[in-house]
Amino acid sequence: MDMSISGLLWQLLAIVLALALAPLLTGWVNQCRAWLQNRSAPPLLQPYYMLHKLFHKDVVLAHGASPLFGFAPYVVFGCMLLACAIIPVLSTDLPFAPSADTIALVGVFGLARIFISLAAMDIGTSFGTLGGRREMLVGFLAEPALLMVIFTMAMIAQSTSVATIVETLAHREFVIYPSLAFAGIAFTFVSFAENARVPVDNPATHLELTMIHEAMILEYSGRHLALIEWAASLKLYAYSCLGLALFFPWGIAQGDSFAGLLLAIPVVVAKLAIGGALLALIETLNAKVRIFRAPEFLGTAFLFAVLGLLVRLLLESRV
Amino acid sequence: MPTLLPIDVLLIAACAWLAIGLAGVLAPRNFFFISKVLFPLGAAVAVLAGLTSLSYLGGGPQTAVLAIGLPDLPFHLRLDNLTAVFVLLVGFASAGISVFAAGYFRKGEGTAPGLMCLQYHVFLASMQLVLLADDAYAFMVAWEVMALSSFFLVTTDHRHAEIRRAGYLYLLIAHVGAIAILLSFGVMTAGSGDYTFAGMRAQPHTPFWASVAWLLALFGFGAKAGLLPVHVWLPEAHPAAPSPVSAMMSGVMLKTAIYGLLRVSFDLVGTPLWWWGVAAMAVGLATALFGVLYSTVQSDMKRLLAYSSIENIGLLAVALGLTLIFHAYRMEALAALAMTALLYHCLAHAGFKSLLFLCTGSVLHATKERSLGKLGGLIHRMPWVAWLALAGVIASAGLPPLSGFVSEWLLLQAFLFSPGLPHAWLNMVVPVAAAVVALVAALAGFAMVKFYGIVFLGQMREEALKDAHDAGPWERAGLAWLGLLTLALGVLPTWVIGRIDAATTQLLGTGLSDKVREHGWWMLAPISPDRASYEPLIFLVTIVAAVLLGRQLVHRLYHGRTRRSPAWDCGYVFQGPRAQDTAEGFSQPIRRIFEPMFRMERHFPTLRDEKPYYSVKVEDHFWHGLYLPLARLVNGISALITGLQGGRIAIYLLYSFLTLILLLLVARP
Repeated sequence: MDMSISGLLWQLLAIVLALALAPLLTGWVNQCRAWLQNRSAPPLLQPYYMLHKLFHKDVVLAHGASPLFGFAPYVVFGCMLLACAIIPVLSTDLPFAPSADTIALVGVFGLARIFISLAAMDIGTSFGTLGGRREMLVGFLAEPALLMVIFTMAMIAQSTSVATIVETLAHREFVIYPSLAFAGIAFTFVSFAENARVPVDNPATHLELTMIHEAMILEYSGRHLALIEWAASLKLYAYSCLGLALFFPWGIAQGDSFAGLLLAIPVVVAKLAIGGALLALIETLNAKVRIFRAPEFLGTAFLFAVLGLLVRLLLESRV
Repeated sequence: MPTLLPIDVLLIAACAWLAIGLAGVLAPRNFFFISKVLFPLGAAVAVLAGLTSLSYLGGGPQTAVLAIGLPDLPFHLRLDNLTAVFVLLVGFASAGISVFAAGYFRKGEGTAPGLMCLQYHVFLASMQLVLLADDAYAFMVAWEVMALSSFFLVTTDHRHAEIRRAGYLYLLIAHVGAIAILLSFGVMTAGSGDYTFAGMRAQPHTPFWASVAWLLALFGFGAKAGLLPVHVWLPEAHPAAPSPVSAMMSGVMLKTAIYGLLRVSFDLVGTPLWWWGVAAMAVGLATALFGVLYSTVQSDMKRLLAYSSIENIGLLAVALGLTLIFHAYRMEALAALAMTALLYHCLAHAGFKSLLFLCTGSVLHATKERSLGKLGGLIHRMPWVAWLALAGVIASAGLPPLSGFVSEWLLLQAFLFSPGLPHAWLNMVVPVAAAVVALVAALAGFAMVKFYGIVFLGQMREEALKDAHDAGPWERAGLAWLGLLTLALGVLPTWVIGRIDAATTQLLGTGLSDKVREHGWWMLAPISPDRASYEPLIFLVTIVAAVLLGRQLVHRLYHGRTRRSPAWDCGYVFQGPRAQDTAEGFSQPIRRIFEPMFRMERHFPTLRDEKPYYSVKVEDHFWHGLYLPLARLVNGISALITGLQGGRIAIYLLYSFLTLILLLLVARP
């Protein structure tokens, strides 16, 4: 572990960058979506205004809320922050990188999911439990698919460490892996489901019977809601950066040379901008499916992921 | 003065347990003495046994001969590292359970307290002897004592017919399993008549007889552990038993079966064949998936946990299978990785499953209710139990930074190496098995959210729950001890692996400890940090820091004002407890997605019903497809045989005479 001062500084920069960029990414996706749907777009900085407003408001706590309810937003926020600190956004050489490999990263997301689902069940309203149940449904369908994607990557790089995977794919001789195509499709499906995006959930809905994420956080207000919204932005940011790191790793610095890191920032911003626009496009072109079609959607993702693994084992391992 | 060897200390501990049990019988009415003196004393003995084996780990084998039992047939006992790991498990887990039991048992419930104390401590001592036994005779005696004492503990509340039925089923399957184990030992002696384990090790086996012995052992120990299809006793016996007994059986006793499988597979039977690993893995995957799916659809909290135990036993069998496959191909470093995952999961499961079962015990005492449909909101009345149960739930769902995640992580890492197997078919199929393991782990999260959310969160589903009281000090201490074990196993994996590695090294000839120690105590990197690493402490510290720092910052920069009001719930007026999900409602998506896995009887209301109701009953396919036909078959055969029993003594004398003639004809010297 590189525990030098500069390493720690870069680690801190990565965390601050995540905190700052994540709401911007959400704002950008919302803006693109509004343009594509012929609506007048909200300002790019709208998520920041909202966070600021929410932090100022009082928390209105339901009578039946237990301490778990107030505790959960901080845990979820902490998990997402940890995930953002581990994923190599700028550099593969971060002090926190060895603290979790990709499997542990899935575990971090799982921990956050359990806490948010439990918090949703805490007050005991009809929509809260409905949201918690659906979130766990999406979770248990998405998690195996995500793990299979990671297995494919890990078999290519001979490692589950995110940093090593990125280094293998970005900085060694260029080889085209067909299995990566399958894994990429599966990963895209999974990240749509995990981030409560359109074919599975709709981040803009408040139509009661269709919502998942929104149903879970109905009872949250004030600073708690702000933290959850921020954590949701961080999750989108983390998934985007993970996808970019795994499938488009070019531009991520190796080591902590100043120039390389400085160059990495605009590259990451550009990649995120393109990714966000694509996300908005896909969301606009698709309709939300019924909740019981979600297993089919995620089952397809799982199938693609296993296909990727099999392609890797059948065709590529002899290369 | 002769020095006291660890094996002597363990034997003294077993004797101490027996003495404590007898003391209970001598004062059967003195409830205070039994619960507040004898049970804590039993816990102290358990800690002593645990610490002894902890300090022993890494030492050479020690033997002892006890001249009890039949003449010329003494008990051979032996302490080695495999035994020590499991003694450690028994000691540390049962310490917490005994302390909890000191506050749990009430006057006037079922068996008299003195008798219960005897059964409980005989059960503990017999588990210790199972682990120490070094010949088939001592092993079978201890194994049977263990089965019988636990049978009596299960039927503590023997006034209820369904509890007697559960006990009967348990006893029946335990004995079918015991016969298989006995036969397996018989095959391994290979006709030499030497029933010591040392004698079995020395026998050469042809692959055929080795496979027969191993398959018999898999069936026999599988019946005790709850592998498919001999799992049916588990979801009946665990809910029937008092909670400390359920915790002991699920957390500790099931592991003795895993110990037996390890002892036979890697020590007694010789070199394993690769297809044993495939068989163990296939059975394990089926068991794990079956267990977790059934645990998600249960409406009784103890049955839910019992099925979750089946799932965990399945995962252990998968790890065993993977170890066998690697071992058969002489890839010992990878076999060591898989075996470490296996041993680690044994320890982790002993901690968190005992914890959860004990929590259900506290809930049961506070509410008199086991059905999830009548619980809810207990976090307000029982904060101690609720927060400690949360630790158990997170560990059981296999999430960082607690114990369940470490073993799952190690197992997945071991799976990642399987493409290196020198077998064209295996190296493709085995990684796909990891997909099933991933699915099982994710479903376990669903089951645990259901368990916790419905029992502890939400609104109280019954008025009576408002009077629920938190656990007493003894119960809290027992729960906290198991919670601490769960945390320690989660956060200090390198230290734990450094200890249990002695067992891996003994069985496989190589271990992980050198590689694990290389990178400092905080980083778990079983192969190399480039390949995979996990630092649970950083996890814990970061999340705790984010919670504390985030709270401080938000409160300083903005404010910490809070108002209370009724819940919003999109403005709906009816917000009573019945608006929440029921236990059945919560698992409806699972029943829908995995419909063919369940045998369901549903009743839907129609428009014209006077009193409309909805009901769903989920049953086990195995029960109707396998057990009931088998029972009918046995009944049919026995009906045929009853014809022989005329009831007249002359006929029986004739049978004896004919048998004698036949034997004289056949068995001529």
